[in-house]
Amino acid sequence: MFALSVFSRQSAALPNTALRPPGALAEADFVSACIRCGLCVRDCPYEILALADLGEGPAHGTPFFVARTGPCELCDDIPCVAACPSGALDRALTDITQSKMGVAVLLGRESCLNLQGLRCDVCYRVCPLINEAITLDRRHNERTGKHAILEPIVHVDKCTGCGICEKACVLEEAAIKVLPTRLAGGTHDAHYQFGWEAKQEAGGELVPGLIDLPDRGPALPGGGS
Amino acid sequence: MKLSFTPGKRAFEMHGLWFANRYLIARRLTQAFFMALFLTGPWFGLWIAKGTLASSWTLDFLPLTDPLILIQELLAGTWPEMVAIVGGLIVTLSYLLLGGRAYCAWVCPINPITDLAAMMRRKLAIKKGWTPKRNLRLYVLAGILITTLISGSLVWELINPITSLHRAILFGTITGAMASLAIFFFDLFTAQHGWCGHLCPVGAFYGLLGEGSMIRVSAVARDRCDDCMDCFAICPEPQVIAPALRGERTGTGPLILSGDCINCGRCLDVCSENVFRFTHRFDQRLQSTSDIDAAGQLCQKGG
Repeated sequence: MFALSVFSRQSAALPNTALRPPGALAEADFVSACIRCGLCVRDCPYEILALADLGEGPAHGTPFFVARTGPCELCDDIPCVAACPSGALDRALTDITQSKMGVAVLLGRESCLNLQGLRCDVCYRVCPLINEAITLDRRHNERTGKHAILEPIVHVDKCTGCGICEKACVLEEAAIKVLPTRLAGGTHDAHYQFGWEAKQEAGGELVPGLIDLPDRGPALPGGGS
Repeated sequence: MKLSFTPGKRAFEMHGLWFANRYLIARRLTQAFFMALFLTGPWFGLWIAKGTLASSWTLDFLPLTDPLILIQELLAGTWPEMVAIVGGLIVTLSYLLLGGRAYCAWVCPINPITDLAAMMRRKLAIKKGWTPKRNLRLYVLAGILITTLISGSLVWELINPITSLHRAILFGTITGAMASLAIFFFDLFTAQHGWCGHLCPVGAFYGLLGEGSMIRVSAVARDRCDDCMDCFAICPEPQVIAPALRGERTGTGPLILSGDCINCGRCLDVCSENVFRFTHRFDQRLQSTSDIDAAGQLCQKGG
């Protein structure tokens, strides 16, 4: 039984290419909630979902999809969530654009055509949240000296992790990939705060009456400061 | 008397092939029917039952959920959707009516596999082998439930051979079905009725349900029993028969009330004297000899 328990913990480690359907609970909760019935798989109109086989990676029998072969098409009515009897896909998700299946990350900076100064733009164009989840950031092309580089920037707070950009990437191996959120984004320590945010929240200085001492510069030749 | 390796031979000689296998045939047809309900969708696009034995929708109208999986989910700390709870209640009530382990005999996809192993054991005259106590499966059931509670994860569903096999057939996840193969060889070479009869926690769970189930087998004409032992030889849970069949000495009624009985009806098939029949759990009647003669003649006409 102990072995089974350890086995279950190992099975909770989701491979990085496997994404859960929209509305999925956090991985550990998902594995304890999903009853592996396959109703979400059956009700997905694009048939992107599969149930994991033994040894395939995700916990045996649980649903997943792989963005590169079949991304989530972001149905408005979210039929997979509606089909789920177990609560593993949370019905609190009613707006598909709010789903967080993962986060797209531009990993192949050396291979991405846009970053070499070419106008591919495919990930940007196909994104269902164009100009929100992916924007193009214009900067100078140092190589040619006279052109622009339009860098695709993914905005973590908007990206649903649907994987349509990864599917569409024209390279043999996609330069932009959807990663599970836990891998894609950094997380601060709980106590950490940005000073300017804390200041705004508090409506002023957090520590009143700070003495503003004069800044000391480097000693100038001939004395004085 | 020694257990026969060819139980049902005399029933076959007296009543014919169909009559001596009527419940076996009915069960195979029922098992195929339940599988077909799920398969018409993926094969022909005609959706009757969606999902798996874990949880399903039939004709977008009837939700069904395995109550044991629901219990595991609750122990793992998740509250399921209302539809799953309703589905679990429907299944629970159905098996309280039909006999808890009727699931094992009439629905479970592992049953044909272990039946095949049992048949081959008889044909190859393999001795009983490892015979742990029957209640071992109750400990297995308790074990998986405690492990689920501690780990907060549906550990049993990672290896459950029943739902694995069902998913393998419906979704093509073949590796997951390897456990079925292991069960076949375990039942064939290691232990007679090893999996279903001693280990399976799902069967143990439905057995507990079956302690109160409505439809039961009764040794209604037990005074006609000629001690041929064929029912004991064919029965996957033979310990349930004796109290009812030999109950005259102990003053026990003719009903097989043990939850272990899977209501497979094989005792009805192989009994050449038509001692058994299906009835409800409150039917304590015994059949007199003259009734049986009439019934036997009818059967022969019908068969």
